[in-house]
Amino acid sequence: MAKRIDVADLNIYYGETLAVQDVSMSIEPRSVTALIGPSGCGKSTFLRSLNRMHELIPKARVAGKVMVDGQDLYAPDVDPVAVRSQIGMVFQRPNPFPTMSIYDNVAAGIKLNAKRMRTSELDEIVERSLRQANLWDEVKDRLDKPGTGLSGGQQQRLCIARAIAVRPDVLLMDEPCSALDPISTQKIEDLITELKADYTIVIVTHNMQQAARVSDTTAFFNLRGIGQPGQLVEIGDTATIFSAPANKATEDYISGRFG
Amino acid sequence: MNSPRTSVQPSDLSAVLSERPFTQGSLPRYAPGVTLAAAIVVGGVLHLSGVASGLAAVAVVVLYAVAIYGWSLAVEGARKAKNRVVTTVVTAAFLLALLPLISVVITVVGNGVGRLDVEFFTYSMHGVVGEGGGVYHAIMGTLLITALATVISVPVGMLCAIYLVEYAKGKLGRAITFFVDVMTGIPSIVAGLFAYALFALIFGPGVRMGVMGAVALSVLMIPIVVRSTEEMLRLVPAELREAAYALAVPKWRTIVKVVLPTAGAGIATGVTLAIARVVGETAPLLVTVGITTGVNMNPFDDRMATLPVFAYRQFMSPGLPPEPAIDRAWTAALLLVAVVMLLNLVARLISRLFAPKARA
Repeated sequence: MAKRIDVADLNIYYGETLAVQDVSMSIEPRSVTALIGPSGCGKSTFLRSLNRMHELIPKARVAGKVMVDGQDLYAPDVDPVAVRSQIGMVFQRPNPFPTMSIYDNVAAGIKLNAKRMRTSELDEIVERSLRQANLWDEVKDRLDKPGTGLSGGQQQRLCIARAIAVRPDVLLMDEPCSALDPISTQKIEDLITELKADYTIVIVTHNMQQAARVSDTTAFFNLRGIGQPGQLVEIGDTATIFSAPANKATEDYISGRFG
Repeated sequence: MNSPRTSVQPSDLSAVLSERPFTQGSLPRYAPGVTLAAAIVVGGVLHLSGVASGLAAVAVVVLYAVAIYGWSLAVEGARKAKNRVVTTVVTAAFLLALLPLISVVITVVGNGVGRLDVEFFTYSMHGVVGEGGGVYHAIMGTLLITALATVISVPVGMLCAIYLVEYAKGKLGRAITFFVDVMTGIPSIVAGLFAYALFALIFGPGVRMGVMGAVALSVLMIPIVVRSTEEMLRLVPAELREAAYALAVPKWRTIVKVVLPTAGAGIATGVTLAIARVVGETAPLLVTVGITTGVNMNPFDDRMATLPVFAYRQFMSPGLPPEPAIDRAWTAALLLVAVVMLLNLVARLISRLFAPKARA
């Protein structure tokens, strides 16, 4: 189920401006890859291009290839909606649907697409997703209460449950813990380590310690200069990147000399 | 000891500071009340000695402002004194603005309660000369025509707003917004004449139909529905739409199942207020629907009675003796005021009860 991603010479443009330049990397299935780097260096832009969410911004376009298990996401006749059904996303601020109950939120990926399913099947999927997101015990008695009645950390785990309910091959996470307190953050980091067994996970994070704790592979992005596009500077095994990076800029960032 | 630039000595400083302590005097709590009472007494004396009541009221306000300013200046200081004067001016302006509203309510209620009887609500004017009669036909007419106008305006208005918020980019969107803004200012008689001309083209001159009134009212309602729906849709955070897109929900489904339900309470409030706006419009209904004495429940067949036109006609052609007709007109007006107030209350209730809870 979890798939590998191969990015080849990806350039991301907003209109005529080049935002991210020449990114090439491979992401192994069933692994966690962390994208780190200073603000504005293109990590989130790159992440969003992996499930074609950057297209929501007018005039955003891409040159290059993103291959998921051999299929190019940017081939001419590819439907972005179909791409997103296989590559899910969790956002920085928890965004459960306010008009829906917890149950409906988790089932949203299925219900909103009007897929016909027996209630018992749906119940099973909701329970399984909430269990995988480590939220089942906390909400199993109030599945019909609104999704916004939970704490921030619980809401984020609800959003994760919502994303995994549709069994995507890849899970993209855009700074999922930056709006949360340390205890919720730890719960979600533990969750990521568990989810690794079934999903390919790519996580953008500003928190280098989090990247070190959670990921197998780390990719360091940086701007070439002020007003220049972002670039992939170095990618490698997390332990190596944090102890003996090959690139001077990586080392400077990791030791806090800038960023 | 100091450089020539600074000429303040330490002893100067402490003298300055002791002249501007942190604490200040303040007027006793009864001060505004006592001053106001005194001003009112003076105003009363002026009025009794022949000054017109309006002038006497102005005199009261001016006297109060001057007195409180002087007293406050002596005790509290210039800043607080100014504060009190400005507060006085603002309060006086508020009361002045409130006066017509209170006057209208008192007049309408006072004159209108006379005919609030069962007959008024259950009988039409069919066969009635002089006393008696009621507005059953007018109530039915207003309900039918307003309902039809809502049925026309809400889908058109909402779909237009959805287009403007979710799909429009560039020139077409800007042009539509501009024209909607222009439409909000259309005088109601123009809307009525437009509806009349439209139907006269098809059916010939002299045509009168309930549905014509509904078309005229929807010309007035649509821009309000578009504007308020637009506001409510824009209030739905972009991240909710993104969450739906990330779940592979296509755009139209996102709008129907996520955006509209989230904005739903606000849209309902906007529609209710649009209804309140048009329910009392007289001019367009006068030229398109006319008036009848009996009940007509068919909006596609000839004239119907409506509350505002009924009130107008009773007032303009009361017959002899005029009192029963004038009484009926007042009570019809009271009904309209009550309906508008009720709709506003309903709008607030909807907004309070059904708005999705804010995030934790």
